Amino acid sequence: MPFYSAIAASGAAVTVLGGVAVMAVVTWFRFWPSLFGEWLSSLDHKKIGIMYIIVAFIMLARGFVDAAMMRAQQAIAYNSDGYLPPSHFDQIFSSHGTIMIFFMAMPFLTGLFNLIVPQQIGARDVAFPFMNSVSLWLTSAGAGLVLISLVIGVFSTAGWTGYPPYSETQYSPDVGVDYWLWAVLVSGVGSTMGGINFLVTIVKCRAPGMHFLRMPLFTWTALITSILMIFAFPALTVVCSMLALDRTLDFHFFTNGDGGNMMNYINLFWLWGHPEVYILILPAFGVFSEVVAVFSQKRLFAYISLVLATSAIGLLSFCVWLHHFFTMGSSETVNSFFGIMTTIIAVPTGVKVFDWLLTMYRGRLIFKPPMLFTIGFLVTFVIGGLTGVLMAIPPVDYMVHNTTFLIAHFHNMIIPGVLFGFLAGYMYWFPKAFGFKLNEWWGAASFWCWIIGFYLAFMPLYVLGLMGMPRRMEHYDIAAWQPHLIVAAIGAFIIFLGIVCLGVQLAVSIRDRKQLLDLTGDPWNGRTLEWLTSSPAAPYNFAVLPKIEGIDAFWHLKEHGLAYKRPAKYEPIVLPKNSLIGLFIGGAAFAFGFAMVWYIWWLAVLSLAAIAALIVIRASDDEPDFVMPASTVQAIEDERFEQLAKAPRNEMEDEPGFVGFPAPEAAK
Amino acid sequence: MALSITLLCGGCGILTSPDLNPKGPIAHAERQLLFDALSVMMIVIVPVFIMAALFTWRYRGSNAKARYTPKFDFYWPLEFLVWGAPLAIIVWLGVFHLWPGTHRLDPYKPLPSDVAPLQVEVVAQDWKWLFIYPEQDIAVVNELAFPVNTPLSLKITSDTVMNSLLIPSLGGQIYAMAGMQSRLHLLADEEGEYWGRNVQYSGKGFADQQFHAIAMSRDDFDAWVAKAKQSSGALDAAAYQALAKPSSKVPVTYYSGVEPDLFDSIIAKYAHGHDRLAAEAAEAGHEPAQP
Repeated sequence: MPFYSAIAASGAAVTVLGGVAVMAVVTWFRFWPSLFGEWLSSLDHKKIGIMYIIVAFIMLARGFVDAAMMRAQQAIAYNSDGYLPPSHFDQIFSSHGTIMIFFMAMPFLTGLFNLIVPQQIGARDVAFPFMNSVSLWLTSAGAGLVLISLVIGVFSTAGWTGYPPYSETQYSPDVGVDYWLWAVLVSGVGSTMGGINFLVTIVKCRAPGMHFLRMPLFTWTALITSILMIFAFPALTVVCSMLALDRTLDFHFFTNGDGGNMMNYINLFWLWGHPEVYILILPAFGVFSEVVAVFSQKRLFAYISLVLATSAIGLLSFCVWLHHFFTMGSSETVNSFFGIMTTIIAVPTGVKVFDWLLTMYRGRLIFKPPMLFTIGFLVTFVIGGLTGVLMAIPPVDYMVHNTTFLIAHFHNMIIPGVLFGFLAGYMYWFPKAFGFKLNEWWGAASFWCWIIGFYLAFMPLYVLGLMGMPRRMEHYDIAAWQPHLIVAAIGAFIIFLGIVCLGVQLAVSIRDRKQLLDLTGDPWNGRTLEWLTSSPAAPYNFAVLPKIEGIDAFWHLKEHGLAYKRPAKYEPIVLPKNSLIGLFIGGAAFAFGFAMVWYIWWLAVLSLAAIAALIVIRASDDEPDFVMPASTVQAIEDERFEQLAKAPRNEMEDEPGFVGFPAPEAAK
Repeated sequence: MALSITLLCGGCGILTSPDLNPKGPIAHAERQLLFDALSVMMIVIVPVFIMAALFTWRYRGSNAKARYTPKFDFYWPLEFLVWGAPLAIIVWLGVFHLWPGTHRLDPYKPLPSDVAPLQVEVVAQDWKWLFIYPEQDIAVVNELAFPVNTPLSLKITSDTVMNSLLIPSLGGQIYAMAGMQSRLHLLADEEGEYWGRNVQYSGKGFADQQFHAIAMSRDDFDAWVAKAKQSSGALDAAAYQALAKPSSKVPVTYYSGVEPDLFDSIIAKYAHGHDRLAAEAAEAGHEPAQP
């Protein structure tokens, strides 16, 4: 129990009370049956996607609280201990990084894939719907382990990278590193399975005519990301298992002495860690590619270049891991090689930036919140790219490595590059998920808070890095640092306002959902196939699989008046039945992780046996699917076309790029 | 643009910051590399800012006068430029800055000088720095004194978790790892007291793990050595054992006389019978010694 500090105790109380409050609300509104029956057990990729994104937002809030506490501590800790003891401050920087990477960004991108990719390629579901549910619950189990570490025991103080020998039992004897390890291991298995799922889905489940070179850019980035996940995550699983063996069974892979070598850990970790950066950022690039074309009302510029650049980034991401430790004493030739490989990545990335700008060129820009995030990204991201190239030069890195310059650099990549992309995607695809749009005023307000807050919070860290300030300082005695840290804390506060705006936006939009209703399924005059389905899409997405004739498949259908053609009759559709087994496997994995953290061997054996039994039960189910009869499909589609017919004028109809909804007679 | 604004806002602080206000040729060369790369990169960065601002304004939805070509999606010359310009810059950067710069500023490479370098053996401990001067037979905790304009040749190891040694005014940074030896060559061309520290997080005393790096005249240095030699304690095996225990905010402590081969024995402690091999490999080769 966190009695070591009043602040940690209140954090634990918030965590527990939050959980209790959610349960109370669910009980009060009698949501339990529908929660279990329609959501937790769902194998529908759209619902799984929504649940992933809910996890991401919860963890974003928790991760942000960590960040705010660090900024507050550093703002006041000049020649003083501040308000956080080192043992607590060190847990906070470790949990902040772990949460933001593994349990905010990863679920967010997997959620967007789930929601959109099958609809973009004209598929009815992912290739393995059940495995999809298992992935979700393994990720949630990992997130649960991080959250519960605040209540029972402590979290790691070894940073999100967990470098040995510090993370070995000798120097970190408490359960913190174990919590970190098992949270990462459990969710890592989920991510690997997610990668397999989306690779197979994209390769095997495309609608007729959806050739590889007709796939929307978001699907392309999902494809490359999935490949990266499949190749990179095993390295993480291996290296974390080795460290777990060191800690639990007294092995000596990475210990000081006894034949251990921490450099192996660092190599293996970044062999996953660098591709991971692109796992996070490529999907966001995909979102930007969609958003910039739609809100410039223009075709995406140089589609083929963007595809090639995405693939090149995917390949190069495996060739640069050593730049994370230029200062470990490799020879000048090795360092130069990896430095040059790193700078080469700037080429395809630069190509993307220019092609997005050229998409805006001679377009008609509509400044909806997703577009604001995209333009904010373009301008801010190149600064991060610039500092990235600087740090790719080994001697410059010798100077600024491990300083706040590095912190500023990677937040400069990940906040505009990843988070802005995901928030743009969230606001862009929200109507697709729920059938109504999000309030634009609060969306724009959130954007301005995020971008202003970002500059205030992180530009000072570049300066501090050049002043030699190391990362992870609990206190300091150099007066010149303090003003910059105070500005950074103000920036963090403005980012907090941005998060508040997101919450208000959601609340206001739910309140005003009648006015924000999207009956067409195509609120933005979309170009890609996901806008052909109703909002929210029917369980089967497409009653009839569309025929794809080119890039911007939906646009093409609309132009030729084919988008809303009804078939003579509907066919029955096979769909997966709901199943709670994925949730149970997640629960057992959580119990297993918890047992391994606390060395509760009977529970570890029991939970592993439970997982095995659950897999056997699932595998023995000979009827995991059901057939939706043609009459039901007909009924759902009738309702859809009725709605289309009475859809009010779309705000996009006044735009020059508008290509049209069905004439009323099409609804018959 | 925004970066430069912030740099301006940070004005006074940034101009006197150790990285941009170097006190030795290594830090100076590292900073120069930073500036060179920065200016070359501006060739792509500035157009992005201009295009973003220009296109956002010119092609805003309310501007009906701007040209609108919804199907314009490819143009070979533009695409050639889009790939070619970043590629040319990266090649330029690699050939003229990155590759030669990395070779020139290799931290393992001894510095050319007429003066014989000062040898110092550095041990990272929880949470302090021990500097052993084998030629002078003294040792100091948390203070690194050396004559100005004399190459400083550091051999670095750790008797605890991984550390990283950085003196921002003089440049460089290299990890300190148990059972291995890494090297760092620095030089101060201006007298003064700078600060150095561990920049790799190493536990609860990390924030206070810093030391004074004092560049002094040859005479002052000799006086400093003499002062250290007069201190009562010697760093024998027992004294080292006591010192190596975790402690923070340790005041500067001088030892006259050091246990012979102390530095090598600290490395050997973790290297398990391969100590000779490890030390030789570290001496001859470039990689940190493998246990």
